[in-house]
Amino acid sequence: MTQGGERPDAGVPAGPRPGAPEGEAGRPVPLRPPRPERRIAAAFGLTAAAAVGFAAVYWLGGQTQLEGVLLAVAFAGLAYGLAAWSARLMPQGPFVEEHEPFGSSRRQRAAFAAEFEEDLQAISRRRFLGRALALAVGTLGAALLFPLRSLGPRPGRALYQTPWRGGAPVVTADGRPVRAADLAVGSVLTVFPRGHLEDGDAAVLLVRVDPGALRPPPERAGWSPDGLVAHSKLCTHAGCPVGLYEQGSNLLFCPCHQSVFDLLDGARPISGPAARPLPQLPIEVTPEGYLRASGDFEGPVGPGFWSRSS
Amino acid sequence: MILRRGARWLDDRLGAASVARTSLAKVFPDHWSFMLGEIALYCFVTLVLTGVFLTFFFDPGTNQVVYHGAYAPLNGARVSAAYASSVRLSFDVRTGLLMRQVHHWAALVFVAAIVVHVCRIFFTGAFRRPRELNWLIGVTLLALSLFNGFSGYSLPDDLLSGVGLRIAYSIALSVPVAGSWLAFLVFGGEFPADQIIHRLFVVHILLVPGVLVGLLAAHIGILVRQKHSQFPGPGRTEHNVVGSKLWPTYATRSVALFCAILAVLFALGGLVQINPIWLYGPFDPAQVSSPAQPDWYIGWVEGALRMYPPWEFRVLGRLVPNPFVPAVLVPAATFGLLYLWPFLEQRLTRDRDAHQLLDRPRDHPVRCAAGAGTLAFYGLLLVTASNDVIARLTRVPVATLTWAGRVVLVAGPPVAAVATYVVVRALRDSGAAGVLQVSSGQLAAAVRATVPHRRRRRAAAAIAGGSEGR
Repeated sequence: MTQGGERPDAGVPAGPRPGAPEGEAGRPVPLRPPRPERRIAAAFGLTAAAAVGFAAVYWLGGQTQLEGVLLAVAFAGLAYGLAAWSARLMPQGPFVEEHEPFGSSRRQRAAFAAEFEEDLQAISRRRFLGRALALAVGTLGAALLFPLRSLGPRPGRALYQTPWRGGAPVVTADGRPVRAADLAVGSVLTVFPRGHLEDGDAAVLLVRVDPGALRPPPERAGWSPDGLVAHSKLCTHAGCPVGLYEQGSNLLFCPCHQSVFDLLDGARPISGPAARPLPQLPIEVTPEGYLRASGDFEGPVGPGFWSRSS
Repeated sequence: MILRRGARWLDDRLGAASVARTSLAKVFPDHWSFMLGEIALYCFVTLVLTGVFLTFFFDPGTNQVVYHGAYAPLNGARVSAAYASSVRLSFDVRTGLLMRQVHHWAALVFVAAIVVHVCRIFFTGAFRRPRELNWLIGVTLLALSLFNGFSGYSLPDDLLSGVGLRIAYSIALSVPVAGSWLAFLVFGGEFPADQIIHRLFVVHILLVPGVLVGLLAAHIGILVRQKHSQFPGPGRTEHNVVGSKLWPTYATRSVALFCAILAVLFALGGLVQINPIWLYGPFDPAQVSSPAQPDWYIGWVEGALRMYPPWEFRVLGRLVPNPFVPAVLVPAATFGLLYLWPFLEQRLTRDRDAHQLLDRPRDHPVRCAAGAGTLAFYGLLLVTASNDVIARLTRVPVATLTWAGRVVLVAGPPVAAVATYVVVRALRDSGAAGVLQVSSGQLAAAVRATVPHRRRRRAAAAIAGGSEGR
């Protein structure tokens, strides 16, 4: 394949197109226009013009679309010019380069192994020292993992607790207390315990439904006065806020993974990947007509985790 | 003259003349599919350049500040420093929005180029000996690129990416035994801890890019050492590479490719809006945007999360939450299989020889079928990640689409694999030039060859003699 010379592995022209692409061999090569230089120069000229345009647009205050287009044109001009230059005016192969065989010869390998093992003896003969070294490095490595602990606090009970307590006043996202009488049937509100508007696990979806339609389990009979029902807003699947409420069907939708919860049936999941209902928050109406929590959630809110027992 | 003197100066100190001569004469195959990896490489260069520009203006703080700037609807709003600086660099820094959008588009094209590159390597058997090492490095590059894409679009602290971080936190929580600790250590406490944006910033601009550069250098170094593989053809053997020399033809062509990529990316970044964080608004733990889709390369995990049935099970009385299977086990299995494929195939085919000549995809119907089934699975996952958007467009209830998606995800990949096997087999046996040239008779022959003999005879007997054949 390659022709003689001092470096057989350096690319050498391989005679009359032995590596021509399939199907092309034998066909007449189409005649190319004789002077590609003019078009290449025009492309480079376009690049220079677009570059000047970009600089001018920038100088005059900038305009995103125009800047993008001008830079695109500038680079497209370069791309065309260089591609054409490479294809028309530079040495075309095919060139051939030989592969060196992979893997060393048996003698080289044996020589390497012998030398390496001989030197290794200085280490492997001292068995006891080797073990002591392994102990030292192992202990040091384990000790160096300790600073990882600085990255975060102990989970402790954090995942079980929310800022909701019995008696916590119910407020809106801007901190105003919620009056029971202000909520008509079908209205929905995201509420928080007072003083915890930024907490990740505090958001509660408060909906007023037709009290007769609710089907609460007996132990939660007094949890939703006058059809005011409150559930954690955090999806039990992956923790997204369950942000969509469909008034007619009383269904709650999570926009992240399309879990659907039936509000009337204890926010039980009826479609999508969520496996557990949205925990309910017991609420009551104060003598002044405002809402407050009468206890904590029935269980941990949000996505599941290993240590939870229920 | 100056060039010569400079070269002599260098050679006196490095003795590099002969190495340089060999390097410049390195031969690159001319087939277009060998440039897919280069597209990824040049996208990476673009990402580094535009990314450096962005770091000059971005502030990864989660402390609350008041935004003052050119974007009027947010003027005076209390938002995080990360969000404020992202909006400011989009509206108040000249070419800032262009750089940000080019950066984001380059990330999308970067991962796309890697995926197509992996497909080319897979279907042509370029991962076979001696290139297993580069396959392993390449799969690692893919995994790191996905991760860095996610960490990057989570930085602006907008509502869409904030919800994405919350999902990531829930996925970490779902890991058995260590989940709570893992989530708390990574995020710096219970969500939304104020550490995560800053940590992601360090990871996104220093840690992962550093590793990427090192692995890229190894990837390309091994490529140079091993030289290119090539498609079979006249004059091409197992012992040579036929194509263009690096200098000057191929280098010029490659720089032209870089310029073409920059042209496309600047056109996209200038004209096609992407990730308009000022429309999503700042992150608020109680709010969510709808519809909510991640960048395309995370879509398969999103689709798996949406399609996985509402199953949770218990081990030793402890809960294994739902996201663990679709968002931890599925990705682990995906990359595990990718890493193992060259060695699995060596086992199955008993082919342990070195190969410099590539397969045509049709040479290996089984490999093609496995690849097509896998691509169908992940493609379908990507589609199901938008089941809410499809529901809105088609007016089919989303619950129906979720069920349909589950059925298609189970049935689709095997169908795709078998169909691919038959078509590829017909291609191989008939020698047709392309899929469209295969006649129906050749397809039928491939079907006959695919169905095992005994079963075919049994089926024929059943047709001929009623129930006797059973």
